[in-house]
Amino acid sequence: MRRVWQVLMQAIMPSDAQSHAAIELTGVTAGYGKHIVFSDLSLEIASGQFTGIVGPTACGKTTLLKIILGVHPAITGTVRLHNHCTDSVKPGGLGYVPQLGSVDWTFPVTVEEVIMMGLYTNGRYWPWLSKTERISIHAMADRLGVYDCLRQHIVNISGGQRQRTFLARALINRPKLLILDEPTSGVDIKTQHEVLHLLGDINREGITILLTTHDLNAVASHLPWVICFNRGMIAQGRPNDIFTNQILTQTYGGDIVIVKHEGHLLIANSTPLNFMDDTK
Amino acid sequence: MEFLLEPFAYDFFMRGLLAAVMVGALCGAVGVYVVLRGMSYVGHGLSHAAIGGAIIGITFNLDFYAGALTMGLLAALAINQITKNSHIKLDAAIGIVTTAIFALGVAIVSKLRNFKQNFEAALFGNILGITDQDLMMIAGVTVITMITMFFCYRTLLFSTFDHEAARIFGVKTNTVEFLFSLLLTLSVIVSLNVVGVTMVAATLIAPAITARMLTDSFSRMIVLAILFGSVTGIVGMYLSYIFNVASGTTIVLFSTLVFSLSLMAHSLRRQ
Repeated sequence: MRRVWQVLMQAIMPSDAQSHAAIELTGVTAGYGKHIVFSDLSLEIASGQFTGIVGPTACGKTTLLKIILGVHPAITGTVRLHNHCTDSVKPGGLGYVPQLGSVDWTFPVTVEEVIMMGLYTNGRYWPWLSKTERISIHAMADRLGVYDCLRQHIVNISGGQRQRTFLARALINRPKLLILDEPTSGVDIKTQHEVLHLLGDINREGITILLTTHDLNAVASHLPWVICFNRGMIAQGRPNDIFTNQILTQTYGGDIVIVKHEGHLLIANSTPLNFMDDTK
Repeated sequence: MEFLLEPFAYDFFMRGLLAAVMVGALCGAVGVYVVLRGMSYVGHGLSHAAIGGAIIGITFNLDFYAGALTMGLLAALAINQITKNSHIKLDAAIGIVTTAIFALGVAIVSKLRNFKQNFEAALFGNILGITDQDLMMIAGVTVITMITMFFCYRTLLFSTFDHEAARIFGVKTNTVEFLFSLLLTLSVIVSLNVVGVTMVAATLIAPAITARMLTDSFSRMIVLAILFGSVTGIVGMYLSYIFNVASGTTIVLFSTLVFSLSLMAHSLRRQ
């Protein structure tokens, strides 16, 4: 009887995670000076969703992320994160992982010092870590598999460990929303797979995740929701539903071949380069 | 032995030594951020703007420090605004802003031939020129800078490592930038009498890059840079007395020697 009551209540009163949008853009126009990147964009990403944005280079993905993150102002329109304006989001409520390519790897910081940065807005002013902070960093490093390299310089660890180090920095304050800029670029296919699986696990704990990527195959096999973007939203939905020849051609402006193999989508450019085949 | 202890009998040497230790530690700490932010040329430019400002200040019957501070801060803010609101890069902005203020100072010196200040000391540093007022200024700025850097360690590190991510995580990066510009300008100004205008840049950079050769940890780099800055200040001052040359030159030459040794040690370790 109690179970029936719970199901009924859930149906009538959706939980907090379901009732609010994590990201809500209304009529947003963005650009740099007189150059408009996209205009009148309205977009809603539900709380608890794991979403990928795909699109060609210079299609406005980075500008869209910057507007959501509050580091680039929208020309018109409003951006709300968990029902708050981006400038009033509580520090720590938002986790961010930059593109690994933008990181200065010669900077003298250890893995532990990078993770520590995530705690820099918690109101503590002493340069050293408190006991609680140290426990929290060690637990996060252990969970993400970088505990053994905490004292190592960031340049001396593998691509996967680098990605997980910055993920640990983003997650250390237990944010409700995690945004990643191209987390699959610059890492090998095995690391890509590991990172996306890890993000899936994090998402199952209730953290909303939004990422940008160029890797359509990784999105097709790992992400439940995808937005095709090219100076505006072309389509959004499950990869199986929206990765169609028509939508991807519209997004990328060229013929795309989509192959279904054992329930998986494989996406490739339809015009491969012709090399001389010496084996013939 | 008596020859070695001789300079300690002189009051001017003790004052100069104290000033050099404080300036060395101060420039060591500030220099870490200067180097890691890719602003190595800023110290050179700000010192020129400051000395130009000092000349203008003295011309208008103001204190040396009042003129230097005003023009140094104006230069720092102008550089910040130019790089933020245009496509002009940092090195070009430093080049035009600081040289223009320096040129204005030189033009005033050329016009007023009766200018009494000792410009060799201003250019290359002179231990004889350290007054009690200079000592007080150096001590004050060193204490303020060290306290600020201690309590802003976390935000300064984050904004230096990744400015955009720091802003996203909630660090007030504009305030941090202004605070750092202020501390850097003050450090350059109080260092002028000890190391001179032409040598300030090396005094800021050398301890930091020496420390970088020896550690991959940010916190250890700061401690080592302060240590190297202080030691090179002491030894440089001593060499200045023994060889009777400007203190700025001996401090810079000795710190370059220490850097060369650390570079060799680093290269040997990597082989």
